[in-house]
Amino acid sequence: MIAEFSPGLILIVGGLVAPLFPARVRPFLMVFLPLVAFAYLLTLSHGEFGQLQMMGLSLVTLRVDKLSLLFGYVFLLAAFVGGIYAIHVRDTVQHVSGLIYAGSALGAVFAGDLVTLFVFWEGIAIASVFLIWASRNERAIRAGMRYIIVQLGSGILLFGGLLIHYRYTGALGFNTMELASPGAALILLAFGIKCAFPLLHNWLPDAYPEATVTGTVLLSSFTTKVAVYALARGFSGTEILVPIGAAMTAFPIFYAVIENDLRRVLAYSLNNQLGFMVVGIGIGTELAVNGAVAHAFADILFKGLLFMSMGAVLFRVGTVKGSELGGLYKSMPWTAGFCLVGAASISAFPLFSGFVTKSMIITAAMEGGYFWTWIVLLFASAGVFHHAGIKIPYFAFFAHDSGKRCREAPGHMLVAMAIAATGCIGIGSLPWLFYQLLPFKADYMPYSSDHVVGQVQLLFLSALAFTLLMRTGIYPPELRSTNLDSDWLYRRLGRTVALSIGEGAGALWNSCASALIQCSRSLFGGLKRYHGSGGVLARTWATGSMAFWATLMLAAYLILTHL
Amino acid sequence: MADRSDPHGKTYWLDDPRNVDRLVHGFYVICGLLVAIDIFVPKHGPFAIEHIYGFYGIFGFVACVALVLIAKQLRRILMRPEDYYDR
Repeated sequence: MIAEFSPGLILIVGGLVAPLFPARVRPFLMVFLPLVAFAYLLTLSHGEFGQLQMMGLSLVTLRVDKLSLLFGYVFLLAAFVGGIYAIHVRDTVQHVSGLIYAGSALGAVFAGDLVTLFVFWEGIAIASVFLIWASRNERAIRAGMRYIIVQLGSGILLFGGLLIHYRYTGALGFNTMELASPGAALILLAFGIKCAFPLLHNWLPDAYPEATVTGTVLLSSFTTKVAVYALARGFSGTEILVPIGAAMTAFPIFYAVIENDLRRVLAYSLNNQLGFMVVGIGIGTELAVNGAVAHAFADILFKGLLFMSMGAVLFRVGTVKGSELGGLYKSMPWTAGFCLVGAASISAFPLFSGFVTKSMIITAAMEGGYFWTWIVLLFASAGVFHHAGIKIPYFAFFAHDSGKRCREAPGHMLVAMAIAATGCIGIGSLPWLFYQLLPFKADYMPYSSDHVVGQVQLLFLSALAFTLLMRTGIYPPELRSTNLDSDWLYRRLGRTVALSIGEGAGALWNSCASALIQCSRSLFGGLKRYHGSGGVLARTWATGSMAFWATLMLAAYLILTHL
Repeated sequence: MADRSDPHGKTYWLDDPRNVDRLVHGFYVICGLLVAIDIFVPKHGPFAIEHIYGFYGIFGFVACVALVLIAKQLRRILMRPEDYYDR
């Protein structure tokens, strides 16, 4: 069949022609087109399609299997929900970039070869940055600039890696790679940047909180999850990912505890959840990879839900700083309720989605005998409840009453949050239906008595710690501040070094130039003194004085010969 | 509690600190019960530490206290004014 093309193209073409639609219709494209693409997905059967011959390369633009379909479904759901959430937006830039961004993410997960992947990888980077710039303020423009430099850097690494891979293996297929094979390390690094590996992570908490209210919701769904998909496809079972993922689960939660901007807290907790997925992919067993991709699916819903609730607060109140908020449950009870569903899901309460997905990863770590990884994952599970499960709803909606009163979030935002919340509860309550979507056959039972009791104990006693620390005043207050992270290396240290190198070079240039000017001045001054007008060597002499000197010399010669 | 009441005159159940205390005390009781029933739950995990009585509860509590205390100390190193990068 020739009609088989990547479902991403439906959204991308829709995005490109979106400006031609009347302004009133345009916001509905993001709601309507994901449904069209979903209907198209349902007609596809497993296999490789959409083959293209280009410059002697054979490309597979559409590979359909359980793994790509799972991500395809959830990306379309995220685009659909994000579209409903953004119906009030009248900004063509966001409509166009949002559609192209979602379409590129979809195209990337259905890419059967590395070149197709690369093309959509760059599409994701370029389209997404406009959602940050659409905030149209100085901070967002600068953060977007840093973001796009990092994202394009990831693209360049991917391109370099695929060239080396093609040169040595002659194959372009996007399949499981050995880390030792040529080019694979570069490709892993490219994936690692987009997946926010430790020290490569900072673009995420730097840029996401600066995007628009609706843009952040889309951003949280696609870029990092494409990277998780790419890791699951290319590097499943790569041992080094286990410690990398474990580090990712642990260190962002310290930042999340002291961060004041609640959307930035969520960005750090997104980073922490990605860590669980990376650990699962690194372990590489069927249970672990199932857990990783299931958790990615669940994360898109609950993290989207949390970002939507904080977005609604930003939309109504104008700030999401913990130090300025509190008591909003009185004004926004529905938003608060949906936020609590998202919080329960990310914290993995029984009957909520995180419980049935994250537990697969943790069980796989136990079965694989990864003791210390397991300890770190438990610590991170307690920590994520602490900062995302308690801190976000507590400081926004409860805590001390800030006195701020506003209207409840607009109806379409509540509908979008309701859909995501239903998804969270549905996955958590009916896991066996959800498990059928997973790439490997799952006979995992999340609801065993020891697991439920253990998890509830972990969560309740974490909450007890929060309560006691709060009531004794030990808990650090929310303060308006900036916390240094690895971006300090390029935003402060790198800048200082670059500026001082510039200053040093300038000073060196100035002193060289002045020395040169000094030299030439004394050279030309000397020449002028002896050869210039009135100089000794340029003076004209009277004939008389020459005759006198000639006579004197001849006289001296006469005397000397006779002596 | 005039300062905590709604400007529209509506007071909420949570506005009364006694109700907050009731909630918190109820919560303490639930935590106690959760640790208490641990003795009836058969454990299947491969790691011996997991079989210690109340392991998950103790771990969660200690982990969160440690997390907050460490994060609080990290503020000394990491915290800068809000406009740090804009200057």
